[in-house]
This record gives sequence, C-alpha cells and structure tokens, in this order.
Amino acid sequence: MSKTVIKIENLSKIYRLGEVGTGTLSHDLNRFVRMNILGQDDPYAKVGHVNDRTAKAEKGELVAALRDINLEVKEGEVLGIIGKNGAGKSTLLKLLSRVTSPTTGSIKVKGRLASLLEVGTGFHPEMTGRENIYMNGTIMGMRKWEIDRKLDEIVEFAGVAKYLDTPTKRYSSGMTVRLGFAIAAHLEPEILVVDEVLAVGDAEFQKKAIGKMQDVSQNQGRTVLFVSHNMNSVKSICDTALILENGAINQIGKTDKTVENYLTNFVKNKKTGVWYNSNTIQEVRSNLIEIKTCHSDNEIDTVFKSHEDFKVLVTFTTDFNEKTKPYLNLHLKDSNDELLFISNFSDLDYKRGEEKYQVECIIPGNLLNEGFYTIGIALTYLNPFNVDFSHKEVLGFQIEEDLNITLNDIRCGYGGPFPGKFRPKLKWNVNS
Amino acid sequence: MKDYDLIIRPKRHAFDINFKEIWAYRDLLKMFVKRDIITVYKQTILGPIWFVVQPIMTTLIYMVVFGNIAQISTDGTPQALFYLAGITIWNYFSESFNTTAKTFTENANIFGKVYFPRLIMPFAKVTSGLIKFAIQFTFFMVVYSYFLFTQEGAVQPNWTIALLPVYLLLMAMFGLGAGIIFTSWTTKYRDLTFLLTFGVQLLMYASPVIYPVSTIEPGLMKDLILLNPFTPILEGFKYAFLGAGHFSWISLGYSAAVATVILFLGIIIFHKTERNFIDTV
Repeated sequence: MSKTVIKIENLSKIYRLGEVGTGTLSHDLNRFVRMNILGQDDPYAKVGHVNDRTAKAEKGELVAALRDINLEVKEGEVLGIIGKNGAGKSTLLKLLSRVTSPTTGSIKVKGRLASLLEVGTGFHPEMTGRENIYMNGTIMGMRKWEIDRKLDEIVEFAGVAKYLDTPTKRYSSGMTVRLGFAIAAHLEPEILVVDEVLAVGDAEFQKKAIGKMQDVSQNQGRTVLFVSHNMNSVKSICDTALILENGAINQIGKTDKTVENYLTNFVKNKKTGVWYNSNTIQEVRSNLIEIKTCHSDNEIDTVFKSHEDFKVLVTFTTDFNEKTKPYLNLHLKDSNDELLFISNFSDLDYKRGEEKYQVECIIPGNLLNEGFYTIGIALTYLNPFNVDFSHKEVLGFQIEEDLNITLNDIRCGYGGPFPGKFRPKLKWNVNS
Repeated sequence: MKDYDLIIRPKRHAFDINFKEIWAYRDLLKMFVKRDIITVYKQTILGPIWFVVQPIMTTLIYMVVFGNIAQISTDGTPQALFYLAGITIWNYFSESFNTTAKTFTENANIFGKVYFPRLIMPFAKVTSGLIKFAIQFTFFMVVYSYFLFTQEGAVQPNWTIALLPVYLLLMAMFGLGAGIIFTSWTTKYRDLTFLLTFGVQLLMYASPVIYPVSTIEPGLMKDLILLNPFTPILEGFKYAFLGAGHFSWISLGYSAAVATVILFLGIIIFHKTERNFIDTV
C-alpha cells in the first residue's frame, strides 16, 4: 500500500523579478560586455533570499519561489497543499506538471501524472464539442482510441449530449467548463494534480467536481494533490495537508490539525491589530494611512468576544468634490477566504477642506460566530469608476465566545462548537 | 521501488530529445492540423479560394514589374508560369517559416497550462502548411496544363518531377529549422519579430524565385547565388516542370546537407528554450 509515487528532493525554483533577461538586446549586450570583457559584476542582478511578497521587489532581483522542498507522497494519499498567495503553491504545481523546469533538485514520479491547472486547455470556439473533446484529450496526453472509448461517458458526465456537434462558441460558459472538467475527470491517471479549478462553475458543478475527486481517491485508490484556498474543500477531500510558506514547507501532517495551525498562524502574523501604510506617496488622490481593530474603549486588540461590540478604525486621505464621491468598502472574509459581507460608507464632507479622515465602523456583538476573520479595505469612486486603493486581508482578528455570559443566554446551555458562519442574536416572539 | 517512470530535473542534455515521446503524441499532431484547417475554413465564404488569390496577384505584379518593365528573362518559358512556379514552391517555405516562428509567442497560453512535447506544435504547422501548398499547387497545375496542351514546346516536363516530394521535404526542413530557431530567440528578444517579415522577403530576392540563375553573368554574384541553399530547390522545381533551369545531384545534395544542419541546430536550440520559456514570456 504505502509505495512512494512522488519523491521530491531538494527542489528549488529561482525567479528573477522585474523584467526577465532585460528584454532587449542592448541591455544584454551591455551585461555581456561588462561581465565577460570588463570583468565586472552583472549590472542587472541582485540576489535576494526569502520569497516575501510584502517586501518591495527590486528590478532584477532573484527570488526563490521554492526552496529545498523535500517531500514523499505515498500511493493513494490525498494531499492538500495550502498557503497564502505567493507561498509557492502555483510554482510547485507548474513544476509537477512540467510546464517549467526546476532550478535545482528533482521530482521522481511513478505512474501516469495528469495535472489540471486549467480545464479545457486548447478548446477552440469554432470547433464542435466533439472535436474539442478530442483536442483537449490529446493535449492532456490521451490517445485517440482512449477517447473513442470514453466519449460517451464524458458526454454524459458533462451533460452536453444534445450539443455535441455544435461549435463550443455557442455553449454557455458553464457548459464549456463542465465539458472541460468531464474530459479531465476521465483521464484516469494514477496521480492527479489539481489546482483551484473547482473555483469555477456554479455550486452544483462544484459539488459534482468534488464528488468526482473523492470518488477518484477513495474508491479507485489514486493519488491526488490538491491545491486550494478553500479550507472546507481541503478538509473534506484530503487526509494529509501541507503548508507552504515563503517557498518552503512549513508543516505537514493530518489535515484537521494542519489546517487549524495554519489558521492560527495566519492570525498570529497579524496579531498587532494595527496596520500602517509604509508607502506614503503624495501624488495619489487617496491613500490608506492606518487601519486598526479596537475594543469600544479604543484599546487595540485582535481577540474579541462574540457578544461585544468592537470597531475598525480607518485613517485615510482622499480629495474629492461634489460631483464625484468616494465610497469606503469594508470587506469581511472568513478563514476559508469566503466573503461574508461588504459594508459601504460614503457620508464624507468635502467642504471640511481637509484631506485626511478618520472613520470608524462598529461591528456589533452577537453577529459573528467563533473563528478567524480578515478585513480588507478599499476606496472606490463611482462616476467615473475608479478604485483608488484596495488592501486585501490587511488585518485579521479572532472571535471567541465568553461562555460565562452567553452559555445560559443565547446558547441555551449548550457549550460545544456552534455551527454556522454567523451567530446572531435575533428577536423571537411568542405569538400564541 | 526505485524505478520511477518520470524524473523531472533542472537541465537536460542538449541532445536528450525524447523522440519516442513525440511519437506517442502523434494523435495530438493530427488534432492540431485539424484545428488549423477548421479555423481557416469556418465562417469564410470563399474558404480555400483565398489561398489562390495571393499567387494570382503576385504573379500579375511580377509580370508587369519584372517581366515587362525590367524585362528580366524567364529562360524562354511563359512568364505567368515561370513566376507562378517560383511563388508556389517558395510560399511553402515562407508559410512554414512564418507560422513556426511564432510557436512560443502564440501558444504561451497553452504551454503555460499543460505539458506536451513542444516540437509537436511546429511539426503540426509545417504539416498544415502542406494543405495550403496543395491548393496553390493545384492551381499551378491548372495553369500549367493550359500551357502544356495549348502551346506546344512552351514547357518541357521531365522525369525529375518525381523529385517533387524531395523538394517539398527540403523546404519543410528549412522552414521548420529556421522557424524554431527564430521562435526560440524571440522569447528573449522581441526585437527580432520586426525582422521576420522583411527578412523572408529579402531572402526571396536573394533566391532565384523571379529570375533564373542562367541570366546572371558568371562572377561573384553568381557564386553567391549558387551558394544559396534554396537555389538548387527552386531551379530544380522549375526544371522539372518547365524544362528551364538547372538540375544536378551535387547541388541538391548540398542543399539537403544545409537543411539537415539547420534543422538539427533548430531542434537543439528549441529544446533548450522550451524548458524555461514560460518564465520569460
């Protein structure tokens, strides 16, 4: 059973930031002359160490998107790969799918590996559904006779039997995606590498896709590598999870434990509860200066009780007049990166003559359930439409239940995990 | 336990080209060819007729400019046929070259998402170019038959017509080889794209497409033209159908040798580029 099917050893991938090469012949000639004839250092290269996206990138800097990855995946294992944007997930996928090659190290694979970085690669709108099945299937490495054999199954899974000989440009986008996924699902590889392709398509299709993946892993004993932002899908599909951080493996273990650690760390990284903008360019119309989460007595914190009111304080600059007015948008996301709500605010007075504003948004108690949340903030102008600034996941905070207060009140004596995204206190009446 | 099917490593040797894998993907090549054909013919009324318009127009222009104004000899053969012959065989090269020279830039999207032996793509382009050639060649044969049956002695076909597949193969090798070298370089230096269009045109004037080698006075000029590896193919093609021109096994062998070297170099350079090109495009 526990045969190793993927063995990754000392895998690294170095990228050059900014313009690659230098883009033009003259710069490369310049570099060649300086390095090889004058014996100077490469005028366009600077070597960096850690892949930290928050640090400002200098042109020509080298960055390790992946550093010294060592990993073994056993046969039949379903491994979830999680990590922030830029942690190296996509790079790892690209290397596994041989779209690009590693800088050092090696990946050894046993069995046929298919990777789904996208569904429907190679689809041409002028070709019919049937032709596109063959096009995409052969691109994914299937032989024509294999597709012949599976054609009926694919068509049935995608639900496009009626439109099989219609050009795919007449398909709805949902149909196209379904067709693409149906082909991929019938590849029958020993190892399947899946990117967040499941993020496309409607809810029904997503369910179908996840179901198919579970079927592939559990009933057919195939190995699956699944990259996702969505903690719920990772939890429901994977036995093992791996956290990538700044291009290295941070942790690997049982999914539940790993996901929990990931979420805790995620908030810990933002534990200050306050964010200052280090980028203070004066020329822009609007700029976020500071954002912080506070208790109602203005004490900065990252942990709030579920029953208490707390506030988000935003300090920013903007410059506007009567005709065009800015909206401040507060985005609240849960730990699965799912947007819970957006709250807008536009009641600013331009006549004040000042450009700097501080506003506060009060998030009421008895609204959010226990868990981790992130805040994003953006400033948008309508008419003409423009997003002056947009800071995603700029702050994180945690909601905890204070059972001393809520146990006998809202929780009716139940002290266990409370299901649901929200835990609101609603008004109930007895009518008869 | 140790026998892995696939090992992904940083660098392959320059010559480590997996032809077995390319063969395994032959169905993909067929699909790419099919896709090229479908996308050209769908939604046009005239479809393949367009491929004939270009040689007709070019032939007419050459007849006026080079035939009548400049009065360049066509070795005693009908002007229309002489130019059309040159254009037809030359077009196969320029078509192959132009399409394969865009392999990386035009397919960056697909190449970034899925792996398959990248050489399949230029191979497919050269193959689908054959269809365009077939249409233009059919048109050439129509005009040719007219002269063959109405004007006795105007054209003298001979047994070297049997070498047509060889001429085509050589043109394909030149187009493919030069094209994949070009596309490999353009992933790094976009400057080269500007060279493409007029580079092909310059090359055409340096080759005996619209003039016969026999009109050139012996000297440096003639030696240079004879060094051009396209000369034996163009002269040979015209010799086979029109009887005017020149054919020798030695010059054809020279042409074949150059084509082999270019194709070989092309495959090595292409192979070296394909591994990391997605990081630079």
